[in-house]
Amino acid sequence: MTSAPAKYAQYLADFQSLARGPGADAPSWLHDLRDTAWSRFNETGFPTARRGNERWKYTNVASIARTDFGIAGSLATANASKGLAPTYKMEGPAVYDLVYLDGHYSPELSSSAAVPGGVIAASMAAIALDRSFDLEDQIGRYASTDGDGFAALNTAFLHDGAYIHLADGHAEKVIVRLSYITVDGTDPKVTYPRTLIVAGSNTDVTVIESYTGPKDSAYFTNAVTEVSVRDGAQVDHYRLLLEGDKAFHVGTNRVKQEKDSSFSSASFALGTALARNDLEVLLDGPGAYCSLNGLYLTADNQHIDNLISIDHAKPHCTSRLNYKGILDGKSRAVFGGEVMVRRDAQKSDAEQTDKNLILSTQAEVDSKPSLLIYADDVRCNHGATAGHIDAETLFYLRSRGLDLDTASRMLIHAFASEIIGTVKPDQLREHLNTIFSAAIPNKSLPIARVR
Amino acid sequence: MAAATKGSTPLLTIKGLTASAGDLEILKGIDLEVFTGEVHAIMGPNGSGKSTLANVLAGRPDYTVTGGQVLFDGQDILKLEPEIRARMGLFLAFQYPLELPGVRAWQFLKAGVDARRVHNGEEEMNAREFDQMLKAKVAQVQIDPDLVARAVNEGFSGGEKKRNEILQMAVLAPKLALLDETDSGLDIDALRIVSDGVNLLRSPENAVVLVTHYQRILNYITPNHVHVLFDGRIVQSGGPELAHELEEKGYDWIKDAANAGV
Repeated sequence: MTSAPAKYAQYLADFQSLARGPGADAPSWLHDLRDTAWSRFNETGFPTARRGNERWKYTNVASIARTDFGIAGSLATANASKGLAPTYKMEGPAVYDLVYLDGHYSPELSSSAAVPGGVIAASMAAIALDRSFDLEDQIGRYASTDGDGFAALNTAFLHDGAYIHLADGHAEKVIVRLSYITVDGTDPKVTYPRTLIVAGSNTDVTVIESYTGPKDSAYFTNAVTEVSVRDGAQVDHYRLLLEGDKAFHVGTNRVKQEKDSSFSSASFALGTALARNDLEVLLDGPGAYCSLNGLYLTADNQHIDNLISIDHAKPHCTSRLNYKGILDGKSRAVFGGEVMVRRDAQKSDAEQTDKNLILSTQAEVDSKPSLLIYADDVRCNHGATAGHIDAETLFYLRSRGLDLDTASRMLIHAFASEIIGTVKPDQLREHLNTIFSAAIPNKSLPIARVR
Repeated sequence: MAAATKGSTPLLTIKGLTASAGDLEILKGIDLEVFTGEVHAIMGPNGSGKSTLANVLAGRPDYTVTGGQVLFDGQDILKLEPEIRARMGLFLAFQYPLELPGVRAWQFLKAGVDARRVHNGEEEMNAREFDQMLKAKVAQVQIDPDLVARAVNEGFSGGEKKRNEILQMAVLAPKLALLDETDSGLDIDALRIVSDGVNLLRSPENAVVLVTHYQRILNYITPNHVHVLFDGRIVQSGGPELAHELEEKGYDWIKDAANAGV
């Protein structure tokens, strides 16, 4: 093992205590996986915004790198999470709730399923030792640790997380709600949420991942989600980034789709001092379809970076990418969208847009949608916009008696509603509607001048 | 049709109104009185300032009022925000109604109705009451109920947008309706629906100012007064027969007469 540089001393101490402590009884393959990932992290470290590093060109993670984030010292009790677990109801015959407090699965707050050959929606730690659950073969297959250090660090601390597996042909639609909660505390705390979703062929699963934490603590969430969507399967994936205002969040999401599969995702982000949402979808079977939607609302000095890439590796695949941002204060949004169409991926159909509504004079957007097309028979387009509230539209509303603030709020909400409208479960859509309505700032300037 | 019963004071009084857009002076001294129960048609060639007049009255921020006075319901409105004018009962039907993706018609119209009620010291309308009122207005102005269920004007045809303006007018029940070339670009069916909507609204308590380029709509809505605007001034006023004269002769004789007068 490489010796850790001094700046990662806290991480090393945590890594060693995990191996001796709560992670000690893990199977040997998991120990090996962690060790390899830890070595990998020591080689790469945290990314820097150096020249030529296009993936991190506009986002500086020095504030994460220079803080000694440590894993939670003691297990939080279920009581400590009061008010943080989701309050909205989800109804259905197969709804599972998995709740994690400071990275540890809370059996008291959760309802799980663990049926090999049927539905698994369970804590990884609980099933890691049982080979019949097939975790060993699936974990780490989609999210490589060769990237920018964050996925390696997450894997080095792999201990608990959520494993969702639907066996091939499982007929019943399954809904799983994952709540990753950082509980209040004084130390700069880090958690490593890990989610693995395997949707067997012709299955249908909805997964709602939410990330929450205390409003005023500078904690760090380093999450990795892997998704395998097998032949003809459908996965609806929702990601609710509702972290505290001082939190740091890096999410690495890797999706692999097989033939005729469907993956739809909607990512919602509010708050968070620094957030990075890195999503890669590999369309690896003909006829695969993905629809990736996102909505982010930033204020003050917040920074959000969405890096989305879609790889059309096989012919006859369709991708839709639609992200929207609402920026206030001195906040900054970075959007990198990359659609790659490989040479053999004929009849690919790809659209990507990123639209930003800017509510202040000091907010800034760097939006870089791009298309890399190596096939000749394709239909692809992309676009990005950033602008203020349109004066003409505002006058239309005012001419009906609405004051500036009411009119502005209505238009901002309308802008957001396109993405909120993609959410299929009614209760979740209403929940998000309420959250975003409350978060829309009460302000009306500046206005784009027409004429 | 309601007869034009003149009140003792006009609903709208415009005195020496001048306005510009940027450096360009557009209105060069408008005088006009509109009483309740009346329909006024403002006609004129392109660029005469007739749309500007309607928009200045509604408070569009793109124009600067450089002089004159406008009294609406006894109050000088030129310094009031557009929403205050709207709450006082002034309504502008837009020449190019805007699409509001994500804004439901129901929510939009209720916000407008409630703003006016609160302004008048009344309570907001309860949802059920508003719902019933809206349904009744939809039936009255013969608009497709599906259009109301959708986002305001999103993906509507030009005619549908104009009809939707008439629905908004019916729901908001203004004292003074300003129609900015609502008739242009309409086929004959849409024109009839728009005209019926205006005729329905006509009452001894309110007034309509119809800005139009064409005489055609005046076959369906009979005005009490017709004014011809040219180069920022009203150069001719008369009864409905003036509109027919314009239809026959075009605007050239107005231009010639105006230029000869200078």
